[in-house]
Amino acid sequence: MLEIISSQWPSLLSGLWNTILCSVIALIGSLIIGTFFALLEISKYKVIRIIGSVYVEVFRNIPLLVIAMAFFLIVPMYFTKISGFTAGTIGLTLYTSAFIAETVRAGINSVEAGQLEGALANGLTTGQAMRYIILPQAFKVIIPPLGNQFINLVKNSSVLAFVAGFDLMYEGNMIANDTLQTIPTYFIVGIMYLIITLPLSYYMRHLEKKLA
Amino acid sequence: MQNFIDAYSWVNVRFLLQGLWITIEISVASIICSFIIGTLLGIIRYEKIHYVSAIVGFIIDLIRNLPLLLIIFFTYFGLPNIGIKPEIIPAAIMALTIFESAMVAEIVRSGILSIDYGQTEGALANGLTKWQALRLIVLPQAIKNMLPALVSQFISLVKDTSLATIIVLPELMYHAQIIYGQNTNYIIPMFVALAVMYFIVCYSLSLLARYLDHHMA
Repeated sequence: MLEIISSQWPSLLSGLWNTILCSVIALIGSLIIGTFFALLEISKYKVIRIIGSVYVEVFRNIPLLVIAMAFFLIVPMYFTKISGFTAGTIGLTLYTSAFIAETVRAGINSVEAGQLEGALANGLTTGQAMRYIILPQAFKVIIPPLGNQFINLVKNSSVLAFVAGFDLMYEGNMIANDTLQTIPTYFIVGIMYLIITLPLSYYMRHLEKKLA
Repeated sequence: MQNFIDAYSWVNVRFLLQGLWITIEISVASIICSFIIGTLLGIIRYEKIHYVSAIVGFIIDLIRNLPLLLIIFFTYFGLPNIGIKPEIIPAAIMALTIFESAMVAEIVRSGILSIDYGQTEGALANGLTKWQALRLIVLPQAIKNMLPALVSQFISLVKDTSLATIIVLPELMYHAQIIYGQNTNYIIPMFVALAVMYFIVCYSLSLLARYLDHHMA
């Protein structure tokens, strides 16, 4: 096992880097898209609410692999060449944004209605009330579920292995094929995933307890 | 448009439906296995048995924080390295069960924790044993709280079966790949079909979750 680590270290490390990079990009992207669709879902207008929930339901109920592969195969046919990393990250962003939309919506709903009324009664506009009163409180509630979404992102980024995205899973699989040392390789790859996900998941559990 | 008409020939549609059937079979088998194992593990973790609960809990946390794909690789390509060589379908069910049991265990544990401890105290005061209290008083109430989370976990399981294409499990995704592999004009029609088929299965499950949530609470 030490032999694999010492001889394959550069590719493992670059795989880990790509996994982290992809997860961070997808987290930022899906936060923006997710918050946007969450706001659509709580709109006053029925048509806008429907648009929001159709988006969320569609992306929640289709496997991530199907979404990522579709981008990987279809975009080059009509638009431009796209790397596996880009296609995978876009797929991951869209898929996760549907879950984040639900999280943000639940967070906004968890803030008491009186808070908004109070803000409006004090002369704030709806936009100001959202920005200064509602969202800061909602954000506090949704930090643990968002952290869990990030853990899911890191795990789900392994789908990049299907589209040659050079992530940790892809590199690990290559090493396993080359060296035929499958168990030690998967063991190392597993530990590298756990280094990111496990502390985060314990910290989120700690935060959840503190907030509850 | 012609591509769509050609792609959805009866032969292809039947081939996709065969894949969908395997997807459903694998999902149902894994759901049943992981529900049983996950519930047991969840109870063990909740019961705070010396050392056992801590070890089980740590293993659950490890598995929950690994990508499912890695576990699939492990069961199909890893196990033969130590002399166990599972067939494709058992390997897929094994990987899904390992991963989902850990997820279910956490749902079960937090479901049990959501029930007020007074319920257990009351049951014990009425002369029930600890196990009877759990089985007859706490679990039936906890199941109600757990159902929405369980169903959405099983929706992820259905979606996750698609990852098993990597070990050539002949499920829906793999059958679609075979079809568009023969004719690249079929790529878009196949992805549309995949999206629709997975959506129908998963969305019906989420409607079921909503129904249960509504009628049992």
